[in-house]
Amino acid sequence: MSYVADVGALARKDLLLELRAKETLPSMLLFVVAALAIFHFALPRGAGDTAALGLLWSALIFTALLGLTRAFVAEREQSMFDALVLAPCDRSAIWLAKALAVLAFLAAAEVVALPAFAAFFSGIGGRTIAAVALADVGIAAVGTLFGAMAVAGRARELLLPLLFLPMAIPIVVGGVGGYLWFLVLYDAIFVILAWATFEYVVAEI
Amino acid sequence: MTPRLKLPVLAACSTGLLGLALALVFFYAPTDADQGFSQRIFYFHVPIALTSYACFGWGAWKALRYLRTRDERADTESYVAIHQGVMFGALTLVTGSIWAKASWGVWWSWSENQLVLFLVLFLFYCAYFMLRFSVEPGSARANMSAVYALFGVVLIPVSFLAIRLSQKFIHPVVFNSHGPQMAGSQFLTFCVALAAVLALFATLYQVELAGKRIDAHLRELRELLT
Repeated sequence: MSYVADVGALARKDLLLELRAKETLPSMLLFVVAALAIFHFALPRGAGDTAALGLLWSALIFTALLGLTRAFVAEREQSMFDALVLAPCDRSAIWLAKALAVLAFLAAAEVVALPAFAAFFSGIGGRTIAAVALADVGIAAVGTLFGAMAVAGRARELLLPLLFLPMAIPIVVGGVGGYLWFLVLYDAIFVILAWATFEYVVAEI
Repeated sequence: MTPRLKLPVLAACSTGLLGLALALVFFYAPTDADQGFSQRIFYFHVPIALTSYACFGWGAWKALRYLRTRDERADTESYVAIHQGVMFGALTLVTGSIWAKASWGVWWSWSENQLVLFLVLFLFYCAYFMLRFSVEPGSARANMSAVYALFGVVLIPVSFLAIRLSQKFIHPVVFNSHGPQMAGSQFLTFCVALAAVLALFATLYQVELAGKRIDAHLRELRELLT
């Protein structure tokens, strides 16, 4: 069970860092509320609930992107990757722990974003909440892997949106359409792929 | 066959096949009753699109080979295949747009699945180059490129499904479960055009690969000298 213990320790480290520094989550919360306010003015009057739902999904994707860009900043600034890679644990545990931490941030941001959306625009049903929860898993899985890639490059913050947004298109399709089975399929495929390939990404940073 | 001979033979084959395909498209294939002359772009649009998929698939296969064997040549081959794939992908977008303009009167149609899928793939694989050129050359870069290429080849069916879900399906379906829905002469022309574009890909792939190999060789020599 040392794998679970490793993941737990690493995820706890990320959550503890956030709890002390309070860098990522407050900015995600502010961003998502500001984005929803922008969308209110961007939507023409009487645009309807379907259009608003689409904007909710773009707000969520961009908020996630904001969190993901920050995900590996501590590792980069403190050159902690070397230590992590040297640590006697499976490298996929690093990915899993980071993905869980990102998932926690996303969930926390959405606890604010969804009620804010319901208050600003229209009520949301259980199906949308389920779709958001499923989408979070895929976003965290793919985003964490690509975040680790982007942080190794020179362009860094610039690179992640380019890598991540094309991957997010299927998530938006599944989310807006409410195709829960499709989101489950997406999560299953990309969680396995990211879990299996992460060790190559951090192998020689 | 020796490498020196391979490239000229490939180039001659693709020139011959392309010439034959052009002749068949313009003089042999019947004019479509519904769309008229403009339908003939089909014989290039679809083979180019299929070749582009083949490039991405080949690139992912080489990426997998790289991750298993750590052979630097596989990394270069993967990169070159994806580079060619992006070029054929851009051509698909252009020919698809022209066809859409000719038959539906618009340059871009969000309800045309293939076009939208190619847009997604084009964006995804353009980012491949951004990733590759922002990381220092070496095994870290090769690893990341390989992982990204694998994600791309998985993204193709997932995006295809997503786009099918997201819109009504008005794109003409030429291939379905009952086989190709076209006359024998059309099918022959299509097959020759497909072979021609695939041969073109093989030639360009070898040309670019030869260039990359010479580049690497030259760099080694320069390092030896200094």
